Amino acid sequence: MKLIINGQSHEVTAETLAALLTELDFQGNWLATALNGEVVPARERDRCRLTDGDRIEILSPMKGG
Amino acid sequence: MLEFYGQKLSSRLLLGTALYPSPAVMAEAVKASGTEIVTVSLRRETSGGKAGGQFWSLVQSLGVRVLPNTAGCHSVSEAVTTARMAREVFGTDWIKLEVIGNHDTLQPDVFGLVEAARMLASEGFEVFPYTTDDLIVAERLLDAGCRLLMPWCAPIGSARGPQNLDALRSLRGHFPGIPLIVDAGIGRPSHAAAVMELGYDAVLLNTAVAKAGDPVVMAAAFGRAVEAGREAYRAGLLEPRDMAVPSTPVIGMAAF
Repeated sequence: MKLIINGQSHEVTAETLAALLTELDFQGNWLATALNGEVVPARERDRCRLTDGDRIEILSPMKGG
Repeated sequence: MLEFYGQKLSSRLLLGTALYPSPAVMAEAVKASGTEIVTVSLRRETSGGKAGGQFWSLVQSLGVRVLPNTAGCHSVSEAVTTARMAREVFGTDWIKLEVIGNHDTLQPDVFGLVEAARMLASEGFEVFPYTTDDLIVAERLLDAGCRLLMPWCAPIGSARGPQNLDALRSLRGHFPGIPLIVDAGIGRPSHAAAVMELGYDAVLLNTAVAKAGDPVVMAAAFGRAVEAGREAYRAGLLEPRDMAVPSTPVIGMAAF
């Protein structure tokens, strides 16, 4: 299915958010995820099912002022 | 003693972590400043990327509290979602709430700010609102659940220093029990001292240290300026006078 991940279109096979992170090689317990503008906590990624066209944001800590 | 949302602090300087020549210089500057709070943000991670994790490890090694920001957010929903994600990653209810209203001036959209602050405060966030020096907006933010305020003194990164000391003084006078932090616009240690002399509780800055010729030395200079300004406020400042007043006694002058 096709997903928009961090603003870019991706063709993936993963069906859950947790599987998507593994498929795309996103690692680390410092990541924050959102699906279609709603935050998905790390503990809920296993149960978070994806559908074609979903928008996903994967964020991590960055310097800031 | 200084307290933000019940957290006792001894340093009155909050420091940003961006724009330094290197992560190592940032870490040294944080130590030299004596700060106990640094600001951080959240940005898109790249596939397989480790940048976020490395930065986060470095910040954690500094032994300071983090204040995540919503920098760059231009809408209430963006800012609120970013705040929720920041809470998840950084494990703190603190959020430096920015809702930017204008690309050029980076001034806060104060209407969106109040709305976002109300939503976040109702979810248990402890909001540090980046606002203007407007008194009525400040009142609305307190009504919305903010228990401290962070007015700018000049546009972000401008290094212009306090543009409206009267407005800052007015805020201080109206909210004697509310922690007030000047956030944005500070360029020099003397600017920091000037707002601390007004009775402000703390100063938040980034660019003035990070872009200094020697960020580590400048960080220490700001740390001392903030302390000097605070001490001066506590000591009670002499107000300006219209006329000269001799400091050396005139009684007992010799007559030639």
